[in-house]
Amino acid sequence: MILKPISTFGQYIILMGRTFSRPDRMRMFFKQYLNEMVSLGINSIGIVLLISFFIGAVITIQIKLNIQSPWMPRFVVGYTTREIMLLEFSSSIMCLILAGKVGSNIASEIGTMRVTQQIDALEIMGVNPANYLIFPKIIALMTVIPFLVIFSIFAGIIGAFFTCWFGGILNVEDLEYGLQYSFQEWFIWCSFIKSIFFAFIIASVSAYFGYNIEGGSIAVGKASTDSVVMSSVLILFSDLVLTQLLMG
Amino acid sequence: MIQVKSLYKSFEDKDVLLDINATFNQGKTNLIIGQSGSGKTVFIKCLVGLLKPTKGQILYDNRDFLSMSKNEKKLLRREMGMIFQSAALFDSLSVLENVMFPLDMFSSDTLRDRTRRAQFCLDRVNLLDAQNKFPGEISGGMQKRVAIARAIALNPKYLFCDEPNSGLDPKTSLLIDELIHDITTEYDMTTIINTHDMNSVMGIGESIIYIYQGRKEWEGTKDEIFTATNKRLNDFIFASDLLKKVRNEEINDISANDVDL
Repeated sequence: MILKPISTFGQYIILMGRTFSRPDRMRMFFKQYLNEMVSLGINSIGIVLLISFFIGAVITIQIKLNIQSPWMPRFVVGYTTREIMLLEFSSSIMCLILAGKVGSNIASEIGTMRVTQQIDALEIMGVNPANYLIFPKIIALMTVIPFLVIFSIFAGIIGAFFTCWFGGILNVEDLEYGLQYSFQEWFIWCSFIKSIFFAFIIASVSAYFGYNIEGGSIAVGKASTDSVVMSSVLILFSDLVLTQLLMG
Repeated sequence: MIQVKSLYKSFEDKDVLLDINATFNQGKTNLIIGQSGSGKTVFIKCLVGLLKPTKGQILYDNRDFLSMSKNEKKLLRREMGMIFQSAALFDSLSVLENVMFPLDMFSSDTLRDRTRRAQFCLDRVNLLDAQNKFPGEISGGMQKRVAIARAIALNPKYLFCDEPNSGLDPKTSLLIDELIHDITTEYDMTTIINTHDMNSVMGIGESIIYIYQGRKEWEGTKDEIFTATNKRLNDFIFASDLLKKVRNEEINDISANDVDL
């Protein structure tokens, strides 16, 4: 019961040890790094913008309907929307969504390479497969994730404005004032720091599940699901720890 | 030349390879034959270092593979090429990029020279026209030929083939066998082929070892196989009526020649 998690953690550490070594050929590393930035980051911009836009709009409506009262200042809707987007949604929740999209992609890609002996082929050529396949993915996701956080925050705020312009539920000036009220730059940095940690979790945990597959296509599917579940749990747990450390 | 001395491999309490001794000669196609589950693939994986043997010695031109450091193994692996059962081409790369991959990783040549070398290897397997296609767009036989081109890109000294004919029709299998045999002679490589394809045994079996339940049962050449007395080998090789007939004819020919002499 207790041995399995310890052995899994040990295998994960060994894999990371193999991953974080000097690339065999820097030229190939940079090529892979750029490809992964496109595949994991740029290709995720659409879903990040879409979800953040609607969540920003919905948060504004919910706050307006459920919190605002004659006893509350009118700017509270904008203020609360900004804090939710900045502190939790654009870093933590967005990373949970990305764990589903990017994490399953990484696990199934590496898993399929394992099943079809492509990883064995790399090993026999004298290439360190963990370093060649996983390292660029981790670094690429950690590089692009702060940009995705920025896109998410902006899309959420545009969503909030959208409810004012077209829904007419709030005065634009009140929303604007609320969004700027008592702004702390540190919160942006907190979002970036958290998202970088989460990016590491998504890429490394998913890669671990894909890399250690034994079996065929069913194992690939299982690894993909397991990677999403495990990444999500670890993101939630580390969100708790990081929030306490950064804000407490 | 590759020498294997007293090689053992077990998984937990299951013994898969037991006291294997063999010599694989340079410039020859060395075949490992045996039924499914006899330990052929485990043996070849031990030879290339994908699995660690329980005990024994593997000598690559008198260099002990198992006592080498990580870096020494890495360098030796650059002298190896391998063709997998599934071809194991990289899906995201084109045919040309697949063949160029080992060159990109380990060669310090210019891009132009690397491309030229990859195109030469593709031309050698008659696939230059398919260089811009992706593995998913070509047939199984063509994928195996690309795998051969990739395996020879760095001029390896040792070539390993794990069931190179599996899933191929007899004509394409013959073509792959001939290609591997020709390349072995051309590059003077030590080639080891894992197979249970009898056409390969009869066609390119310059040196054959037969493995039964993890033990080496027989060793010889394609000519000697007809007169072998090992019952298990005969049951395995001459399982079909057609092959039994071929064997009887071959034995009759040999007897007739003996009488003539």
